[in-house]
Amino acid sequence: MKNRSLVSINDFSKEEWIKILDLANEFEKNPTQKILEDYVVATLFFEPSTRTRLSFESAASRLGAKIVGFSDSASTSVKKGESLNDTILTVSNYSDIIVMRHPREGSARFASEVAPVPIINAGDGANQHPTQTLLDLYSIRKTQGTLNNLHIAFVGDLKYGRTVHSLVAALCEFNTTFHLVSPVELKLPSYVKKHIKDKNLTYHQYTNLKDVISEVDILYMTRIQKERFSDPIDYEKVKNIYILENSMLDNSKDNLKILHPLPRVNEINEDVDTNPKAYYFQQALNGVFVRQALLTSILGVK
Amino acid sequence: MENQPRKELVVSAIENGTVLDHIPAKSVFHVMKILDLDNIENQVLIGTNLDSKKFGKKGIIKVRDKFFKNKEVNKIAIIAPSATLIEIKKYKVTYKKQVKTPTEISGSVKCVNPNCITNHENIISKFTVIKNPDGEIKLECRYCEKMTGKKNMEFI
Ligand SMILES: [Zn+2]
Repeated sequence: MKNRSLVSINDFSKEEWIKILDLANEFEKNPTQKILEDYVVATLFFEPSTRTRLSFESAASRLGAKIVGFSDSASTSVKKGESLNDTILTVSNYSDIIVMRHPREGSARFASEVAPVPIINAGDGANQHPTQTLLDLYSIRKTQGTLNNLHIAFVGDLKYGRTVHSLVAALCEFNTTFHLVSPVELKLPSYVKKHIKDKNLTYHQYTNLKDVISEVDILYMTRIQKERFSDPIDYEKVKNIYILENSMLDNSKDNLKILHPLPRVNEINEDVDTNPKAYYFQQALNGVFVRQALLTSILGVK
Repeated sequence: MENQPRKELVVSAIENGTVLDHIPAKSVFHVMKILDLDNIENQVLIGTNLDSKKFGKKGIIKVRDKFFKNKEVNKIAIIAPSATLIEIKKYKVTYKKQVKTPTEISGSVKCVNPNCITNHENIISKFTVIKNPDGEIKLECRYCEKMTGKKNMEFI
């Protein structure tokens, strides 16, 4: 993985994903190691995403790296009309690796073509966010002891959520049985289902969350946004069906864990937070270990 | 001329120029449009819904005194991959081949995704050409990974 960019999850092989997860597990046991003291990590956030940026910067800081960059393009030369090409080439002079988030799809791929240093994509518009997929895989493996042969439910907006699309595609490598819960308007698109069909895996579709809770090992919740509905009445009709409450977990499997990419709005009631099956805050912390594993692998230190 | 089979006479012969044969009948006007044939001075002969052994119904376009450049042939190959390109000089066929669909194209099509970086910065668009089992062609953007279908393909 040394010196290779990570723009899309498919830039790395399944074997390489597993190596990253194994390494992340080492960092979880021993997160503070000053092995990147001689390196500069650039974090270029052309749109703000505090959560993702802090996770990367925390990962880099625990490894002793210096961090340069910006958290919002409003205060930079980008605002003055500098091209992405020029920004990337300039920042490459000052850093050994670039972590970037950008509102336009394809920006990270383009940056990886022009930059002499490797790029980690921290989200390019609605396209890819591979570090989220890796931390999701890490969280699933950690809580279930394996990635293979699991029953996984995805709940909410399955149509627009890129997090769901790339995680579904990745899980197709592990013989997953998929349980897809969404309003009819927000079903998983056929080009994502194609991954499932290509691998001859089983999937079930539901419109009611209650039907699936007792069946699965992982409940992956996502937010349903009102603006996704052309008719607000349709939204009003469905919005409460997809709110998870603690009482709904009574008949769930013992090994069930609830994941959510965060931030949540109201789709997981706060009374779930103290249930040991709630895993979403730990899931976010796992992001730091996965990002430590990526930084060190790509810089060739681990 | 008397000995030529009847099908050749449906659209009359040209002395110099290019014949595009075996165009799917429904794509004839699309091909006209991408080659900008409604804005040229040359004589253009068009036939459509002609009987064809291979295709059922085919179209044919003959353009007098015009030979297409590679970039234009690539466009034809995307819109009408079954087309045969025939070049004629002094009534003689000097070149005849089915157009070859490229595996990658760059710089001639606009990505359909309005939020694609190539539509906002000075970046040359690049696509992988994907051929469906039914022969339809789609372009996958190298940058945003979205598919541009034939229907909303905009040539630049
Ligand atoms: Zn694109």
